[in-house]
Amino acid sequence: MRFMLLQNYGQVESDCPPMTEWTPEDIQAHITFQQVLNQELTDLGELVDAQGLAGPEVAKFVVSDGKSAPVVTDGPYPESKELLAGYRIVDVDSVERAIEIAARASAAPAFHGEPIRQPIEIRQIMAAPDPELL
Amino acid sequence: MSEPTSTEGLLRALAPQVLGAVVRRYRDFADAEDAVQEALIAAADTWPVDGRPDNPLGWLIRVASRRLADQHRSDEARRRREVLAASWSISPPDPSPGRDDSLILMFMCCHPALTPGSAVPLTLRAVGGLTTREIATAFLVPEATMAQRISRAKAAVKASNEPFALPSSEHRAERMRSVLHVLYLLFNEGYASTSGLDLARTDLSGEAIRLTRGVQAALPDDPEVTGLLALMVLTDARRPARTGPDGELIPLGQQDRTRWDHELIAEGVALITDAMRRGQVGEYQLQAAIAAVHDQASAYSDTEWPKILSLYTLLERMTGNPMVTLNRAVAAAMADEPAVGLALLDGLDERLGEHHRLHAVRAHLLELDGRPAAAIEEFRAAAARTTNAREQRYLTTQAARLATRG
Repeated sequence: MRFMLLQNYGQVESDCPPMTEWTPEDIQAHITFQQVLNQELTDLGELVDAQGLAGPEVAKFVVSDGKSAPVVTDGPYPESKELLAGYRIVDVDSVERAIEIAARASAAPAFHGEPIRQPIEIRQIMAAPDPELL
Repeated sequence: MSEPTSTEGLLRALAPQVLGAVVRRYRDFADAEDAVQEALIAAADTWPVDGRPDNPLGWLIRVASRRLADQHRSDEARRRREVLAASWSISPPDPSPGRDDSLILMFMCCHPALTPGSAVPLTLRAVGGLTTREIATAFLVPEATMAQRISRAKAAVKASNEPFALPSSEHRAERMRSVLHVLYLLFNEGYASTSGLDLARTDLSGEAIRLTRGVQAALPDDPEVTGLLALMVLTDARRPARTGPDGELIPLGQQDRTRWDHELIAEGVALITDAMRRGQVGEYQLQAAIAAVHDQASAYSDTEWPKILSLYTLLERMTGNPMVTLNRAVAAAMADEPAVGLALLDGLDERLGEHHRLHAVRAHLLELDGRPAAAIEEFRAAAARTTNAREQRYLTTQAARLATRG
């Protein structure tokens, strides 16, 4: 089963200030944590992809009717908290395992090494139908 | 079976014999499997250029043995131990005369200690002779991830300390169930994923059928093995008619049956007839028998629903699986009237909960019962809950079809 674990810029459930206020050590520890987690997931044969996205400042929204020139809106946006910050795709044996991985990611070390408690959204990726379908 | 002519086909066919010979000689399954994989890749690289050796099997065993010896030597060197590894390469092992090796390997790769998610790729590599890259592509994961999954699977098999031999008779039946289940899942994975977009992917259904043919050839008297092979063949026979030009799902009732593979159907019917004659009916045989009834009807309206209903009733009694009850409800609706099927579904809410299949079947039966508004609701509920893209598209289209008909 493949799942996408999404994190956006939304409110974290800790008192953690924005990353701009962290110490360099905090930032380094946070990044190292992500790298270690990705390596661990690769070693377990579970990681499909992990990407961080460039910030809302360089995001663009495009709307088109297919005829006239598209309307392109540049960032930053007032609603940037709703934008995706990054994702992991994992291929695991159960939804329970996906939750376990999400829980790890949610508790990534942040300001002063405290867990960031960031909400992680788990979405199953469309896949093969159940075997019973035969 | 005819001899494969392509290098790829030949390598895949020889893979289990090479591995069997190397494991018998050097015992370490995990390392031997790596060495064989390297030998297969070397052959795929060099044979098309230098020509195929006179004795391909001997060549592969020799190269794999050499790799294994090199591997052990460098391991030993790293550990700075003084062990003479020279003897490793003196004489490569002989290919085993028996055909049991592939079967033993199947049992190892489908070890109950493994999850299906790791047993399936390990089987494809060790018995199927596919490369890690091919398997990774087929399952849409990076090669490094797949390599790790396979090596962890091998470590688990190694930790079980099983000798390289067929399982003892007391465990045989249980272990056979694992093997058949893994082959069934592999087939399903391929069956479910065939579409125009997936052309680059290895034909997993074809691999499942090939491996199951191998097991069946080794155990021709096991009716469940034959039943599974029949089920695969009879299901695969419908493949050409199962998807439309845009990859959309075409349900059984609307398939162009002239596009079915009638040679495969004949083979499948012969297999299942032979298996069931032995009087030890099992799950796979029953499923194959149901597929055979469908495949032999020249039109959907000619389907022998009472026969299908009685087969599902047997299967339900045997498995207690609510998914089977779901199918029995469809058969009951078709053999009798929609209300009978709908009544059967009522008992399933508790056991299947919000499973999309329950909604989809209920939608189908409500439509047959002339209740389009309720059917639309159920089609939409099913579409919202499925985790398969093509199924979702099908269900959404059904709801839209009924809604626009007004």
